[in-house]
Amino acid sequence: MSKLKDILTPFTAWNNLARDPVTVKDPVNDRPGSARYRGFHQNDIEKCIGCGACESICETGAIRMVPVEGVETKEGDSGLRPEVDYGRCCWCALCVDICSTGSLTMSNEYIWVDEDPEAFTFVPGIDPKPWDKEEKGWKKPEPDYELNIKERVSMPQREAEEREDSFIEIVKGYSREQAIAEADRCIDCGICQATCPAHMDIPDYIRAVREENLEEGFRIMYKTNPLPEVCGRICTHKCEDVCAMGHRGDPIAIRWLKRYIADSVSQENYQQALQQENPQDKDKRVAIIGAGPTGLSAAYYLALMGYTIKIFESQPRAGGMMRYGIPEYRLPYDALDMDIDYILSLGVDIQYNTRVGADVTLDELHENYDSVLIGTGLHAGKSTRIPGTDHKDVHQAIKLLREFSKGNEIPLARRIVIIGGGNVAMDITRTLARLQNQKYGEVHIITTSLETEDVMPADQEEIDEAREEKVTLRPGWGPQKIEIENDQIKGLHVQRCLSVFDENGRFSPKFDEEDQAFFEGDMVVEAIGQGMDISFLSKKVREGLDFTQRGRLMVNDWFQSKQEWLFMGGDIIQGPDVIHGIANGHKAARGIDMYLRGDLRYDEGRNK
Amino acid sequence: MKKNNSFDQSPDRSKYPENGPDNKPDIDLSSGKYSKVWQGPNHPGVTGNMSLELTLCGDEIVDAKTHVGYLHRGFEKLFERRLYMQVMPTCLRMCVPESDTNEYCFAEAVEELSGIEAPEKAKWLRMLVLEMSRLQMLLRVVPGQGGAFGLGIGVQWGMYVRELVLDLFEELTGGRVYHMYMLPGGVRGDLPEGFRERAQSVMDEVFRFAERIDNVMFTNSVFKKRAIGTGYIDPSWVDQYGIVGPNARAAGYKRDIRKDHPYLRYDQLDWEVPVLENSDVFTRSRIRWMDMQVTASLIGQILEKMPEKGSFKAPTPNALNWRIPKGETYVKAEASRGEFGYYVVSDGSAYPRRIMLRGPSYTHAIALLERLLIRANIADVGAIMVSLQTCPPEIER
Repeated sequence: MSKLKDILTPFTAWNNLARDPVTVKDPVNDRPGSARYRGFHQNDIEKCIGCGACESICETGAIRMVPVEGVETKEGDSGLRPEVDYGRCCWCALCVDICSTGSLTMSNEYIWVDEDPEAFTFVPGIDPKPWDKEEKGWKKPEPDYELNIKERVSMPQREAEEREDSFIEIVKGYSREQAIAEADRCIDCGICQATCPAHMDIPDYIRAVREENLEEGFRIMYKTNPLPEVCGRICTHKCEDVCAMGHRGDPIAIRWLKRYIADSVSQENYQQALQQENPQDKDKRVAIIGAGPTGLSAAYYLALMGYTIKIFESQPRAGGMMRYGIPEYRLPYDALDMDIDYILSLGVDIQYNTRVGADVTLDELHENYDSVLIGTGLHAGKSTRIPGTDHKDVHQAIKLLREFSKGNEIPLARRIVIIGGGNVAMDITRTLARLQNQKYGEVHIITTSLETEDVMPADQEEIDEAREEKVTLRPGWGPQKIEIENDQIKGLHVQRCLSVFDENGRFSPKFDEEDQAFFEGDMVVEAIGQGMDISFLSKKVREGLDFTQRGRLMVNDWFQSKQEWLFMGGDIIQGPDVIHGIANGHKAARGIDMYLRGDLRYDEGRNK
Repeated sequence: MKKNNSFDQSPDRSKYPENGPDNKPDIDLSSGKYSKVWQGPNHPGVTGNMSLELTLCGDEIVDAKTHVGYLHRGFEKLFERRLYMQVMPTCLRMCVPESDTNEYCFAEAVEELSGIEAPEKAKWLRMLVLEMSRLQMLLRVVPGQGGAFGLGIGVQWGMYVRELVLDLFEELTGGRVYHMYMLPGGVRGDLPEGFRERAQSVMDEVFRFAERIDNVMFTNSVFKKRAIGTGYIDPSWVDQYGIVGPNARAAGYKRDIRKDHPYLRYDQLDWEVPVLENSDVFTRSRIRWMDMQVTASLIGQILEKMPEKGSFKAPTPNALNWRIPKGETYVKAEASRGEFGYYVVSDGSAYPRRIMLRGPSYTHAIALLERLLIRANIADVGAIMVSLQTCPPEIER
């Protein structure tokens, strides 16, 4: 029976004669790929920033970043776009998963036939393809799927209670583990480097943190920035604004990593870490006016080239705005001194308490030195010029900060109104808040600005921390008049500010006259910006200079003025911030070197 | 029915070579008694690219030597120059027909070394994909056994059902053959909507197919005549040769890593490990046929018991800078062919120091096959290879 069954049973296959065929008979109409199919690449060119994470993760080397027509290199965009080689691609879609902006996706297309073998190497989004608009296909699975960590390692900080009545540094700095974890998040795209005014080699020093080769990192930093302790604390970090990681998460804490490297090399080891050889002395002398970031940076690089440097500084200590503008809780003086001391140790001579124009003239410097660099910065406070600003209890923030840094006593009322929305306004606000806390045990400060909070120029962390320190912020109000009664300030009349800039981006505030308010206070501080003081330029020198239509000084790419022996940089030219000053100083140093070797004429460098 | 594989008990030694002083057959090719035939590396009767050097006496094999090396891509060396995340799309190429076991073992090994645990949902999804992968492999190899004897109809049916499984794969993972779905930290996507119902209807098709293949293959006098007694594995060889998986289970060894050392969430599933006696081509094929149905029912269970919600990927460090702490580990899983394992050594850098694959084909297709082929008929060579479910890409890494 069993044998007979074995012979007959296979014939049950004939049952299938009655079934429909299971294969698709229609060769013309495609069956669409599934909604998740990893088909051919698409790229949203507008969204893509050319960071190259796709190129880095591609395990077959199928992706190459190439320049393409119609995409310009700009801040935050390398100008490159991924080109995919389908002779190498394995369609793993890791490129899509790691894409910083989410611009790279895949369509669900199955088939692509082309006679030209070259066509299979193409730039998605640039070379038009039939699947460019296809909605379906592999996209990065949302929301919790990431091949990186979105959140930055949070920086340990002193709590508000601990800091509100003291000038102790707020930010504590990363530990080794924290720094490495943060450095690990970097995708090494280099977009930060292009954006940094000093073009610091950021990916490389972050790699040094990762590889725990901190002296190497220190050397890398000093190649473009001789003030890393300072920049590691108070840099305006343009780099972080464009960081590729910032598109989907927090940008890398580049500034804190820089600080970590700078802090980890002790001052005695600077010489050894930097491995600098003594340069051959050149018989040329350069005078630098102002020992701020520009002057110090230029002095450092010129000293390394072997020039004899003399800095003329009007204040009793070096540092300029870094010392006299920025409060100690943000930038402790000993950190600043570490940077400055090393620069001075290279043989840079500095003459304190010497104001050019009063104690020594620029013409004398011209006579005695081969070249002069001006890096005086912006130390003249601007006034709102509203009625009442000539009262004795109306002060300039920048002046108060300077006096306080020198150790002098500054006026301190019980109730203070501060006008300004920038970082200087925050600095004076928080400095006065600390002093009020120390003296009166309470804070009564109202800080008001034209800009609403979303467009306030101050850093968000400054704003948040000021609030934590119990300061009242009233953004979006325009000052109208200071109310004075019996020669006593009573407060500030303000009205609602509707917009600050006109459609051309010019400063032209518009107010709502209906919406008025009054901020009570016994003292008013203005912190609405600073101007430059170039009264020390003699008429003869001034006539030989170029000015822009708006009255700004004009220099060429090497910060050389039309008076070819005279260079200028820093806040009076660009910025205002520390990193521009450092970058200008570095470039001016190279310009001065070229000029002194007879290789640089004013017209050769493009005007800026 | 057993064929005799032992030289000593040979009934008639006149046409076979005498053993030489080294106790190995002394074959004199110039005697005219023997001929040497190469089967492979390109041969329809050989699975993948490997070559068999066969010495024949008539149509009977008296000596067999396996040659590999035709498919060597140097994967294990390549891994040493790949970031951990980049290993994922490469490692699955070590065994093309059943790529997911590679993905799983590698991902699990990296997780173990770095101290990351995949989320619960990811574990179920991984189990689902592993079982689907086993299923599509068995849908090829079960009817493929008939194909090796010239019974093509099962192969055609099997391929159809397998395509349905691949459709499911495409929906879930975005790929049909190379799924690249499990990566260190979890998986790359959640279940699409309506997947459960579609998967269940495919499983119903699998059961129907199992019934049909039972009719045309296992209740088929021709197939039985060819398969029973062919390529017999003596139970005593199992540990001697490192025989694992269905090949061992057909010889009475109830061994299955999913049961013996449960990984993922296999301990929460309910099933029996199929086991049979008398491991010849027929029994081994039958075991796989049983496996196929067990797998289909496991997929049903997984879809039923899988948590509805939850994350499918744990946070992992930047894929471009992911350094794995120093250490080494061996992660094994039950592939459709048996124990499949990855030995991963990390030196603390972002690149693996060494990744080594332990695949069942290495022992099955080299040492065991050489032994099984002696006294076999040359027409059965392909069938014996298929019955061992050898996969040359996995031998050569």
